Amino acid sequence: MNINLTLFAQALMFAGFIWVVATKIWPPLLNAIEERQKKIADGLAAADKAKQELADADARVADEIKKARVDAAQITDRAHQQAVQIVDKAKQDAIAEAARQKAAAEAEIANLSSKAKEVLRSQVASLAVKGAEKILGREIDANRHRDLLDQVASEI
Amino acid sequence: MSDQAEKLTPTEYIQHHLGHLAHDLTPTVGKDGFMAVHVDTMVMSFVLGLIMCLGFWVATRKATAGVPGKWQAFVEIVLEFIDKQAKDAYHGTSKLVTPVAITLFCWIILMNAMDFIPVDFIAKTAGFVGQHVFGVDPHHVHWRPVPTADVNATLAMSITVFFLMIFFALRAKGIGGFVHELFTAPFGKWMFPANLLLNAVELLSKPVSLAMRLFGNMYGGEIVFLLIWVLGGAGVGGALASAVFGLGWGLFHILIIILQAFIFMMLSVVYLSLMEEHH
Repeated sequence: MNINLTLFAQALMFAGFIWVVATKIWPPLLNAIEERQKKIADGLAAADKAKQELADADARVADEIKKARVDAAQITDRAHQQAVQIVDKAKQDAIAEAARQKAAAEAEIANLSSKAKEVLRSQVASLAVKGAEKILGREIDANRHRDLLDQVASEI
Repeated sequence: MSDQAEKLTPTEYIQHHLGHLAHDLTPTVGKDGFMAVHVDTMVMSFVLGLIMCLGFWVATRKATAGVPGKWQAFVEIVLEFIDKQAKDAYHGTSKLVTPVAITLFCWIILMNAMDFIPVDFIAKTAGFVGQHVFGVDPHHVHWRPVPTADVNATLAMSITVFFLMIFFALRAKGIGGFVHELFTAPFGKWMFPANLLLNAVELLSKPVSLAMRLFGNMYGGEIVFLLIWVLGGAGVGGALASAVFGLGWGLFHILIIILQAFIFMMLSVVYLSLMEEHH
């Protein structure tokens, strides 16, 4: 291990290499590294922001869905009420119609029965006269006994 | 290696591999004097430093903040790891600490990793080149491939770190504050000789320990490799055994080279950080 001029030459060489690394190599590489770090940081921040925006949008969508659901419920309620109203009205109409038809039928029945009574009444009078003629063997003057006949007919 | 083994004793073999290709700048003193340069250490460390810079440059040339390529991603992972370690240990404002840590860690790893090239591949190639290109005896051509196993390289780095430490201290405290601390910490101003001695030892021991730790580990590792390759000269069984041992030591060495590079880097950053603290 003899020490000689190599020592100084090596020291100069070492200083030279330090100079090269310090000026030509490390700064541009450090720049690239730091730029990339910034890019990555920006990317992460953008991702966070996007996530936040997505959460906001989700919340908005949930709100909208909730609102739509409430609206839908209201609409169904209203439709339901309307349906009930329509059914009620139809029922009432039907009842009224039935009552009207029943009344008409009853009126017709009464009419018919009074007509039949009239016919019967007139026939009963003649029948009674005929019967009495048969019983008495002679003609009863219908005109003379009108009162009696009318009384009989009205009792039927 | 067989022909060499016939001529060389194990000691000679190891000594041959531990020799440097030195070039003397002053023809009068000789290659062991101070005015010589280890050509192998210089060339290997320069080429590896160049490979490091080129590799990083390829990644930074097309550095994009978008999706990185595979190589850019790898370089970013490595450099960010070092940056994180440096930032954890150093809390000051200097922008120089991370580049120093990057250079230390990556360069030392590359230099340490030269240990994995089998030494005789390199020695034979160097001998061949020496014989046919430069016309010298191949047995006198040395080529040490691991610059960190040369104490000059590790000391050079740690001394540079030492000057950076002084620079950081002066930047943080000023000349007055630095000198004041040299004389007054830790025992107060009436004990200034003891303080100065203590601080001098503390300061000077840091670069020495940094350099010696790395040098010792790599030099030791290299010698273990050499011993294993010496075993490889002992017939077929020895070759097989040396292959197995070489693989085992090589796998363990992966841990060592990364750990030593990491320790050198971390301690340098910690020392720089300590120098900025006020006592």
